[in-house]
Amino acid sequence: MDARVAPVPTFQLSPMTRRRLAIFRQHRRGYVSFWIFMVLFGFCLFAEFVANDRPLLLMYEGRLFVPVLVNYSETDFGTEFLPTEADYADPDLLRDIHEKGWAIWPLIPYSYKTVMHDMTQPAPSAPSWKNLLGTDDQARDVLARVIYGFRLSVLFGFTLTAISSVIGIAAGAVQGFYGGLTDLLFQRFIEIWSGMPQLYLLIILGSIITPSFWVLLIFLLLFSWMNLTGVVRAEFLRGRNLDYVRAARALGVSDAAVMWRHILPNAMVATLTFLPFTLSGSVTILSTLDFLGFGLPPGSPSLGELVAQGKNNLQAPWLGITAFVVLGGTLTLLIFVGEAVRDAFDPRRAPRASKR
Amino acid sequence: MSLLEVDDLSVAFGPRRVVDGVSFTLDRGETLALVGESGSGKSLTALSILQLLPAGGTNPTGRITLAGESLIGAPQPTLLHARGQLAGIVFQEPMTSLNPLHRIGRQVAEAVWLHRKMPKDALRARVIEVLAQAGFADARQRLDAFPHQLSGGQRQRVVIAMALANDPALLIADEPTTALDVTIQARILGLLADLKAARGLALMLISHDLEVVRRYADRVCVMKDGVVVEAGQVAEVFAHPAHPYTRMLLAAVPKGAPARLPNATPPLVEAQDVRVHFPIRRGLLRRTIGHVRAVNGVSFTLHEGETLGLVGESGSGKSTLGFALLRLQHAEGRIVFAGQDLSQVNRRDLRRLRSSMQVVFQDPFGSLSPRMSVGDIVAEGLSVHEPSLTRAERNTRVAVELEEVGLPPEMMNRYPHEFSGGQRQRIAIARAMVLKPRFVVLDEPTSALDMSVQAQIVDLLRSLQERHGLGYLFISHDLKVVRALAHRLIVLRHGVVVEEGTAAKIFANPQQSYTRDLMAAAFKLAAPASEEEEAGDEIEVL
Repeated sequence: MDARVAPVPTFQLSPMTRRRLAIFRQHRRGYVSFWIFMVLFGFCLFAEFVANDRPLLLMYEGRLFVPVLVNYSETDFGTEFLPTEADYADPDLLRDIHEKGWAIWPLIPYSYKTVMHDMTQPAPSAPSWKNLLGTDDQARDVLARVIYGFRLSVLFGFTLTAISSVIGIAAGAVQGFYGGLTDLLFQRFIEIWSGMPQLYLLIILGSIITPSFWVLLIFLLLFSWMNLTGVVRAEFLRGRNLDYVRAARALGVSDAAVMWRHILPNAMVATLTFLPFTLSGSVTILSTLDFLGFGLPPGSPSLGELVAQGKNNLQAPWLGITAFVVLGGTLTLLIFVGEAVRDAFDPRRAPRASKR
Repeated sequence: MSLLEVDDLSVAFGPRRVVDGVSFTLDRGETLALVGESGSGKSLTALSILQLLPAGGTNPTGRITLAGESLIGAPQPTLLHARGQLAGIVFQEPMTSLNPLHRIGRQVAEAVWLHRKMPKDALRARVIEVLAQAGFADARQRLDAFPHQLSGGQRQRVVIAMALANDPALLIADEPTTALDVTIQARILGLLADLKAARGLALMLISHDLEVVRRYADRVCVMKDGVVVEAGQVAEVFAHPAHPYTRMLLAAVPKGAPARLPNATPPLVEAQDVRVHFPIRRGLLRRTIGHVRAVNGVSFTLHEGETLGLVGESGSGKSTLGFALLRLQHAEGRIVFAGQDLSQVNRRDLRRLRSSMQVVFQDPFGSLSPRMSVGDIVAEGLSVHEPSLTRAERNTRVAVELEEVGLPPEMMNRYPHEFSGGQRQRIAIARAMVLKPRFVVLDEPTSALDMSVQAQIVDLLRSLQERHGLGYLFISHDLKVVRALAHRLIVLRHGVVVEEGTAAKIFANPQQSYTRDLMAAAFKLAAPASEEEEAGDEIEVL
């Protein structure tokens, strides 16, 4: 009998998930945007291998070097050099390498911080075969900076969204589930907390310490978690009176388990609908701060800084146009994906059964 | 020619036909009943008449003629004329068929204004007239009431007034009383019968309640799976049902008597002076200005293996009392369960006790999490109370329990939405029973189910009780079901016990007039003698 009644449940998508995937796929614009975004993002995740001022692989006097991963000193390449870190743009070193071995370079032989010294034009220089998107006013390759900047912006956005969602959902869940005094005090706290002048605090912070990626992230987290609490709180207020939630409590299931297993799935629909928009908001906020000069330290690859350069160098339109296309494109893709996700989670929508 | 002629009507959603080849006619002054279980297509048939099918529904075949006008595929103006002017419709749920933000006078006026433009004074007079016809004695004062200030029965009267505002020839009543209490049900049906007689209305009554049909309809169409299986005069069909399905429907009344009680079993639950009061808060500072006494001093003893029936109209505090006994609702008073005073036990011990006291809810659609498989739902309690079980042992227990409630254990990996109402209620019962409880609160477990399924659930509950010696607190407003299960009875009204005693004695000889009204409404569909309508300005307790 056991063989019949107790099959080990294999992993399978629930019918609801399958239905949502079907709707998501049918949403052509969103689905295509999703793949474009994923390909671009996947590509930029490996920015060091795509755009770097060090060779990927280097053969020197029969020894193999991996400069992209390991720091070598110049003395590793012959004795006439100094024991400082190797600068692969140095013409002497290059000549030496080419005489005694070979090197494989990345697609774009510049990193975000590579300053070019062999310019024929004053910086910012216009797009050319050497610098596909030109250089900025500090003689750095714009394409390389865009690749690093996109990665940084999106990673920052993802991290900020993920952490603030977790905190926001937890806070909303506690408020909605317990209600009463907990809810009341929490809501008043949020009202006061959201009245804090974020930008001024950031300016003050920036004048004391140099804001790094993590400092900025933690600082923005202090305020961004409140976006989701309202929705989640409402869902939990509704959810705690559902019959199956009461049934679970009658079974003696603990509060945390009831929230996690029974109410959270309901709240997730509303939350997931918000998520892509929160994400694009987080991408924007980093660019905004960088544009204003309160963001990452100078020299960091940042889309906001590129916008600022475009504004300061109107005679070099490739700066402004590149910044606009990259930022606008990213946000548009995220919003399209967001629309598709929202439709997929909309219970009133059914996947189209047949071809039109 | 008849007023309404429906010929070979079918309704389809995509390729799936849910109503197929339905034909009938209806004349003025006649009541036609469409009877069938849920999903039989009776509501869709009615909605087709006014071309109000939900999105995706089409009529691939059929002809509908109302007062000489063909309605399928008719242009919008013809349809708008037919809706409201030629035919009115009353839906099941009075809570949702009125707009909560508008005063009822305005909503009725809109129904009139859409079809007959008239000056403001005349309109107001007309609205008062219609409301009065629908049974509002104080129609003039009621014009400015919001829907939430009215009781369920009063709201249904407003909906009827709206449907009749333009003197239609046909009134379609789609389960007009299913959501109402038994005593109010009788009043609403009486009102519909009077209106029909006074105006020569053609009444199309959709119901799953055969008793209603027997008393109020002239002719009946029995529907099953979208097809009319039997049609004819009510007396004829009820006396000599030809189709086996009709015979099954007629036989499917919860029956049988509760199992004989073993002698002198120990008491399981003792309640002394249980009170649940909800504070009423008003004003800026939300000061408590009074209390709604949902349960006000109820005492009883429930023995092992016994069923205590708890009856009363909605709002009488039945469910609140049930939740209070399970400590899902804060309550004053003493509740002793198996020798332990529940108000003295701490949270940990209470959680341990929960495995021996369980609950089954009314709505089988709401009480199962749509995101968990049946196996997970039933196993959840086991994982709390017997965490030492291995996965295989747990699955075995779940399978055994599913088999006990009459479901094939292979259903473990499926999700609730794949099941019918009756099957879902079996799953909910399995969830409660898998913990081997000693006391189960059954909160209207049959009210949301079809009649034939009700009978099956009642049989199941009775056999479970006999096998395990369970104590049931059976909460219901349906006295037919209560009679089939309860050993003893408590009649509750406004949170106070009105009458108490053995079921046999109360059913044979009710002492209180309130109990007699309930009995009359349940078994004879008679409106109570006292014309005291339920209180209007109910305080909404959230």
